[in-house]
Amino acid sequence: MTGSLNVVGYGLSAIGPGIGVGIVFAAFINGVARQPEARGQLQGIAFIGFALSEALAILGLVLAFVL
Amino acid sequence: MTTLATAPAPGFEAPGVADFDLPPIFGPVTKPVVQLVLAAIIIYVAFRYSVRKPALVPSKSQFLGESFHGIVRNSIARDMIGPEFLKYVPFLTTLFAFLLVNNLFGIIPLFQFPTFSHPGVPYALAAMVWLIFTYVGIRHHGFLGYLRTSTWPPDVPWWVRIILTPIEFISNILLRPVTLSLRLFGNMFAGHLLLLVFILGGEYMLFTADSILLKVLSPFAFGMGIVFTFFEAFVQVVQAYIFVMLTASYIGTVLADDH
Repeated sequence: MTGSLNVVGYGLSAIGPGIGVGIVFAAFINGVARQPEARGQLQGIAFIGFALSEALAILGLVLAFVL
Repeated sequence: MTTLATAPAPGFEAPGVADFDLPPIFGPVTKPVVQLVLAAIIIYVAFRYSVRKPALVPSKSQFLGESFHGIVRNSIARDMIGPEFLKYVPFLTTLFAFLLVNNLFGIIPLFQFPTFSHPGVPYALAAMVWLIFTYVGIRHHGFLGYLRTSTWPPDVPWWVRIILTPIEFISNILLRPVTLSLRLFGNMFAGHLLLLVFILGGEYMLFTADSILLKVLSPFAFGMGIVFTFFEAFVQVVQAYIFVMLTASYIGTVLADDH
């Protein structure tokens, strides 16, 4: 059985962004549930927050292959 | 280059980075280049077709084209850029259409290669976006004003500024195009690799493996491949949306007068 420790490291590094993305969308759902008419504005903010926290996971993925 | 993951059975070669370096078709032209040109042609023809007979009561194609434009104008540009958003809507609409077509090439039969899963392509696109929002910022504020809005948040004590300004410089000016391109590349690359693993794994189980059990189980691998193809369709649309959304928000922040 062969493999790369990089990929294990990537799996570990994806935990943080995973939690972060979860928090972002939990807040988004909460916001829409409390104030449905604010959906449009919140959607933009939610996707930007999602993108920012996901960036960490993406950097990890790239490093898993590059190193 | 390190090998990816572990082999499910001896003899199976897991797909890796090498699968994304496609051989040239003719001369230096490779599949991504062909797809980029094709996407540009498709967008041009589609938008041309949708406005060929503009009418107050829109035809079906005009309605489609206008709703596409309307999505970008209302839910991306207006929210992100602010009062002067109309000037940037054509650029953002074209960018969105271009990204969408190129990403969807990843699941359209006969193409089945997302153009942006090769890192060189999103780098070029992000460099273009970087040039545009830097130009917009410099034109709006002047060079020093642009640096000031990007790196000099108001009402910060001087001792915080010593650390904050370099961080803001790195994150707002240097890292923006990097994360923009890597996000798109990473998502397309990982998604395509996932499909490769399921489909090639299923193929190996069905045709090459000796065990009869693996042959019986191979439909599950293909089934997962199909499920993840739909998931990829979703991811590709979302990534195109996020790319345009972030571009709009970058333009919006360089245009903002107060931080």
